[in-house]
Formats: sequence, structure tokens, C-alpha cells
Amino acid sequence: MREILAADVVAAVKKICIEANLSLAPDMVRALDDARETEKSPLGKKVLGQLQENLKLAKEAEIPICQDTGMAVFFVRLGQEVHVDGGLTEAINEGVRQGYTEGYLRKSVVGDPLLRVNTKDNTPAIIHYDVVPGEELSITIAPKGFGSENMSRQYMLKPADGVEGVRNAVLKTVNEAGPNACPPFVIGVGIGGDFELSAILAKKALTRSVEVRSSLPHIRQLEEELLRSINRLGIGPAGLGGRNTALAVNIETYATHIAGLPVAINMCCHVNRHRTVKL
Amino acid sequence: METVLHVPAAREELAELRAGDYVYISGTIYTARDAAHKRMYESLTQGEEIPISLDGTFLYYLGPTPAREGQVIGSAGPTTSSRMDKYTPLLLRKGLAGMIGKGKRSEEVRRTIVEQRAVYFAAVGGAGALLSQCIKASEVIAYEDLGTEAIRKLTVERLPVIVIIDSEGNNLYESAVQDYLEKYGRE
Repeated sequence: MREILAADVVAAVKKICIEANLSLAPDMVRALDDARETEKSPLGKKVLGQLQENLKLAKEAEIPICQDTGMAVFFVRLGQEVHVDGGLTEAINEGVRQGYTEGYLRKSVVGDPLLRVNTKDNTPAIIHYDVVPGEELSITIAPKGFGSENMSRQYMLKPADGVEGVRNAVLKTVNEAGPNACPPFVIGVGIGGDFELSAILAKKALTRSVEVRSSLPHIRQLEEELLRSINRLGIGPAGLGGRNTALAVNIETYATHIAGLPVAINMCCHVNRHRTVKL
Repeated sequence: METVLHVPAAREELAELRAGDYVYISGTIYTARDAAHKRMYESLTQGEEIPISLDGTFLYYLGPTPAREGQVIGSAGPTTSSRMDKYTPLLLRKGLAGMIGKGKRSEEVRRTIVEQRAVYFAAVGGAGALLSQCIKASEVIAYEDLGTEAIRKLTVERLPVIVIIDSEGNNLYESAVQDYLEKYGRE
């Protein structure tokens, strides 16, 4: 059994909360650079230029890329040979508390969805655990803004709807999201599993590099086809018209029931943030 | 067309703006998002006073991140406007003249914008670091308990925005995609 101190988890989580909100991963920066190169609409090009400038300033002046620094969503891979002294969930929440307070990030969480009183420290986090073999602890944060989260959808399709049904569901969701969800988007899609797993897969898909396609040939083809179709819609940067409506479509799949075809579409804006730390 | 607008502005000046105009806003504006809208709306419907005068006022749908030492404000981009739609017609009828946010509005909001000769602008979503540089002063003036959702009085200089719905009801989100596709096609 490998012992990891809760204090080390707190420090690591605090660090990635702050880092994830100040700079994007290199693949996202390259994708926005490419978008600006290929954009035909002059206004679209101008918007993309502002986004590039924004990223540069955020990093240099340590101002969060977006004022919506999100709910702190985590994907944790916990090696089954690891023991965290003092409790892992508590440590992650303490890291969020410290990261969002000391990192000048926005506290965007209300403690009860109906009573709506701000918790003032951005906790609690949303944590998805996977127990895996080995003695490593891997923690990925994906701070999620709700401008795009609100435009996400889940469909329980029928097996007969097939791949065409999946295509239609994704295109409908993107069309409805339009300017509200801050295009150019990254679109996470979860296909299969059950009701809730499809949504978790869709969110997890957003943490994959936008330059990496699915290893499954038929899914890779679907990702590429969907991206082409989405970029023919003309929604464009900020929804003001243009060819760059999405930077990538990332799809994750899982086995499902003979009677079902769950599909979840997790919309993400161009500020697709994630950071991983391994302990 | 690119233009500079000093706010608060006369209704006649707002009436000249057209959907698609690129506008640099300078002057005094106020922040308000979901929770502040709800409070103002409830006070107004109960016949109570609200902490700011809406007459000729511009609202920026913003909940900023906290300022670091030496900064006026933290990241300061627009939030999605449609969540304010329920409250907006009443605020417009009480004098609200301009709104800065992002995304679509309801038909009722569009109609009330025309009726009250107001304007709806969008700032670029997700560019909060950049937009914060246009904010020269920031002061919480009401609903402090709401944290980021408090009402702030902002002094802005050349805040870049685009007219989405003008006082005649033209809607850029409806025309822009069509115009792009007609001009450049689907490739």
C-alpha cells in the first residue's frame, strides 16, 4: 500500500485549479490559431484575434481567461494500491477552496439549487472516481462554465435511430446552442452506457486533446464527419457568422442495453480548460 | 460601421445604431446578473425602491472574478443574456436603455426593446481578461451579500461591443449566419 498525504493532494489540487483557469493546453491554443487562419468572415477573424489576445493577456497578467471559472469538475483515477491519509474527497474540496480563494477565481456555486445561497468558496466540487490497478493517483480538473453547460443535452434514442439519430441529435444541439454557448465550441459526445454514464462520458471526452481522434475507426469517422457538418452551419465565432463553429468533436463510447442508444452532448466553449496532476 | 458611444446616451443617439454596428462604449454602466435581476424585479413588482435609477441606464450582464492587488477588477466578460429575459421587459419599461451580454433574447424582450427604443449589445464571450482592461473603475454599490452577483458601478473606456438588436428590432443573430452563408457558402 502506498501512502499519499492529504496535504499533498490539497496542494496539487489548489495548483491545478489556478493553472487551468489562467492558460489553455497547447492543443487548444493551436486550434484557435488555426481557426483564425482559416476564418473567412472578417468579423469572425476579428473575434478570433480577440480570443488569442485574451489568452496571451490572461497568462501574462494572471487574469482568468473567462470570468466564469466554473464548477470544479474532477476525473480521478485512483490506483487501488494507494491509501490517502485523511480522506481524498475532503482533500480535493480543500484544494478547490484554497485554489479558488487564493487564486482570485470566481465563486460560482450555490449550496442548494433552489435556495441558491453562494457557498463563497466554490465548493463542493463534482468528482468522478475510477478505481484502477496500480499505485498512482491521477487527478484531472475540468472547470466548467455554465454558459455552455446550459446548452448541453441528453437523448435516449432508440437502437433503430442508429448513427443518423446520433448525427441529428448533435447538430440540433449545436444549432440551438448558437451564440449562447460561446463558439467556436469543443463538443464532447458520450454514446452508450445508460442515462447518466452517457453524460459523464460526454464530459470526459472534453478532457481529451482536440488533436487526438478516437482509436475506434467508426467513431473516428463520425467525429470527422460531424466536425465538417457543424462547420457548414455558418454559426461562426461568437455566433456572428463564419466557418469556425467548432474546433473539435470528441466522442467516447461504452457498451449499452439491447433496448437503448443513449447520447449525451456536452457543449463546451472555446475556453476548454483541463489540467492533470499525477501523484 | 464603427462608432464611439458615450453613456448614458440620448435615445435619439441610440436610435441611430443598427444591428451589426461595432461600438466602443465609454462612460458609466452597472453590472447585474441573475440574482440582482431577481431582486430588482421583486422589489419593483412590490412597489419598492431599487438601489439604482434605471432611467437611461446601461446594464452589463457580468459577474467578475475578484481583483488582484493593483487591479481594478478581475476577468470581466459577458454572461448569457437569456437568463435575464424574464425580468428584462419590466426593467426596460422602467427606463433601462442598454444591455450588454451575449446570446439570444426572447421575442418579448425584442418587442420591448423596440417599444422602449433601447438597444441590446453583445461583448465577446470568453474574453474576460481582455475586456477587463477597458474597465477603469469599479465599485460595489448594492446587494453586496451577493458576492460576484452584486451590483457594481463601472467606469468603462472603449469597451468593444456589437449591436445585436437595434431599436427597430433588427436582430444580428438572425441575419449574420444567413449573410455569411450567402457570401461564402458552406465550405
